[in-house]
Amino acid sequence: MSNSSNPRSSDPAIGSQPTRLTGAETLWATLVGEGVRDVFGYPGGAILPAYDALRKFPIRHILVRHEQGAAHMADGYARASGRVGVAVATSGPGATNLVTGIATAMLDSIPIVCITGQVSSKVLGTDAFQEVDITGITLPVTKHNYLVSRTEDLAPALREAFRVAQSGRPGPVLVDITKDAQQNSALFDFAGAAPAAYRPHPMLRADSASMRAALELLRTAKRPVLLAGHGILHSRALDQVRTLAERAQIPVACTLLGLTAFPASHPLNLGMMGMHGESWVNHAIQQADLLIACGMRFDDRVTGTLATYAPKAKKIHIEIDPAEINKNVPIDVALIGDLKEILETLLPLVSERDGSEWLHAISTMKGSAAVRDIQQLPDNGHLYAAHVMHDLWRETHGDAIVVTDVGQHQMWEAQYYKHEKPRSLITSGGLGTMGFALPAAIGAKVACPDREVWVVAGDGGFQMTSPELATIAQEKLKINIAIVNNGYLGMVRQWQEFFYEKNYESTPLLSPDFVKLADAHGIPGAHVTQRSQVVSTVQTAREHKGAFLIDFHVEQEDSVYPMIPSGAALHEMIRRPPENRLVETANES
Amino acid sequence: MLHTFVALVEDKPGVLTRVASLFRRLNINITSLTVGNTENDGVSRMTIVAEAAEDRAHRMMASLYKLENVLEVDDVGRHSAVIRELALLKVECDAKNRADLFQLAEVFHARIVDLAPESLMMEITGSASKIEGLVQILVQAGYRILEMARTGRMAMRRGRHTSRVLAALSDTSSTGSSSSPPQKPANLTADQKQSGNWSAEQNRS
Repeated sequence: MSNSSNPRSSDPAIGSQPTRLTGAETLWATLVGEGVRDVFGYPGGAILPAYDALRKFPIRHILVRHEQGAAHMADGYARASGRVGVAVATSGPGATNLVTGIATAMLDSIPIVCITGQVSSKVLGTDAFQEVDITGITLPVTKHNYLVSRTEDLAPALREAFRVAQSGRPGPVLVDITKDAQQNSALFDFAGAAPAAYRPHPMLRADSASMRAALELLRTAKRPVLLAGHGILHSRALDQVRTLAERAQIPVACTLLGLTAFPASHPLNLGMMGMHGESWVNHAIQQADLLIACGMRFDDRVTGTLATYAPKAKKIHIEIDPAEINKNVPIDVALIGDLKEILETLLPLVSERDGSEWLHAISTMKGSAAVRDIQQLPDNGHLYAAHVMHDLWRETHGDAIVVTDVGQHQMWEAQYYKHEKPRSLITSGGLGTMGFALPAAIGAKVACPDREVWVVAGDGGFQMTSPELATIAQEKLKINIAIVNNGYLGMVRQWQEFFYEKNYESTPLLSPDFVKLADAHGIPGAHVTQRSQVVSTVQTAREHKGAFLIDFHVEQEDSVYPMIPSGAALHEMIRRPPENRLVETANES
Repeated sequence: MLHTFVALVEDKPGVLTRVASLFRRLNINITSLTVGNTENDGVSRMTIVAEAAEDRAHRMMASLYKLENVLEVDDVGRHSAVIRELALLKVECDAKNRADLFQLAEVFHARIVDLAPESLMMEITGSASKIEGLVQILVQAGYRILEMARTGRMAMRRGRHTSRVLAALSDTSSTGSSSSPPQKPANLTADQKQSGNWSAEQNRS
């Protein structure tokens, strides 16, 4: 990464000459050297020495209201900017509160570094006050972690942590620092603490035989589909993927996290695949004779039942993590390595191809559903979440960073908000963490202060982390919040409707007046109950100088369609009942 | 089937947990695990024997490589290798049947390493089946085994083959920097990257 090697030499603490620093100073000096400008954290006993030294360094600290928020903010920061996000917490409960956020970053391969304080090394393992074995707890949900008990080990561990977080398949790294390691002093030498050079995974393999096999499959395919995943963003291979698709005229299907890896308006972009993907996308995959999977991992939410997944297709898998090859879907040609590098090798050998027949077949499958301009549909007095997403997309020109929570609104956003810019959709895909949106949006806004940031959350998930409204107020962040309020834990209710005979056990949800809640934080807001109010309220929010909250009271028992029940084949979708076609997302093919 | 992996790992606290945790997560039982020093300071060698389906080997290997502390993994079960195990057996016996046990030990190339009035201790090295053979004979002959300790398997590939990681480490230590901690070899060339014994095509079951 561009910012990993050059310390800001203007800073006295990290000049070229090794200086004697406390561990606390070493921590911040190393972060500054790694290019960190913002951290999200919460102080406490075991991390106090570090906080005491913070004022000497050019780092902005955002005080969170719960450490889970700190991890999600670091995560949102990394997703929006591509830089490493940093979260800081104290030992014990501070550290355990980070875990959900760390696991969220792990499942979506997000580079974050979490710093935790730890009790002094002399009392490690004695059940001292606020002691918890956080390296043990986070072992399965971090890419790697460190327990640092000597000041001289701190800078090398931190620098290696930044390298590990960003290299290969990115992921979260935790550095646990004992209190005495923060208090003691050691010689600080930023350059000397540089980690060993990145060691490529020894199983990386993109040899000429595999390349040739891939090219041959590309050349002979009649019905190819390119599967665009999150790895395209990680590898910064957007141009290469686009060139490949355009040159060989390959239609592109996106995973949820890959939605911003290919412009939504591009004629080759079919849309989202999988459980709530467009019908024609899933049909195209099922009928394809070649799948080119780029930086995606055939998650169960995109394959449906594996026994019937893309039965006619040969599969090329371009992926940096060898453990993903043949994990779920048997692969014909595996190109294991950095997507961008592999495509750059491959592209000069890819010849132009006429894909019009296959593209025509897909657009026939789309039918009129592809137009889907619900703006033109008559207002029947009901407010549907789809309307909200559609109007939000129109009003923001598809240009905002939208940070969604998890549930129905997340899928409606994915279906109706058309993202043109990379990294403009931030959402918890792998872990599906409710409560993610509000803190992650704070991270995104801090990383990209000039971008318009919208939170789209359900009434359930919003309440999981709503205290972070106070963080928004304290930091004076311009974040717009849209709550899709249907009075239910909507996605769970939908599953109860479809699979549990409408037994709505524990899903009706009484919520506070969100507008009053925002008001208590000095954040203005508005209720929206009519379709006609959506656009004007979104305009009000955008024009307001500070944060603004809109509580959209939408149809209570609406469901996300189409839906592939878990365990069903990709083409066996549940469709919206015909009497209510207003916001159907796709036609029967 | 039984898989035998040799993993070269950094000799640091917590590495064993990381390796063990990986097998735990995959719900794979570790049949045996031996850990010891290697010819390089700071590098430990683990021989891991685990029972898992044939097609899991690739994932286990790839997952092992994902651990930051793992330097190299070899699936020795796929190659010609010397596989040995050591066992200590304490057998109940007195002066009357001692001679019989000595004979048995000789047949199995086991050594008597301790002799007490009411017991003796045998040391046997060899393949697992050889050790199990001795145990079976002892039990069938009516001897009571008071204690048994087995090391689990150790494995080494036959022939000149040496891990390129170890080769790289030996090169740096011979140039006088042996006191520095082992560095992961940085610059594998393209050829080296591709010379691995694994390929996606081979691995399709």
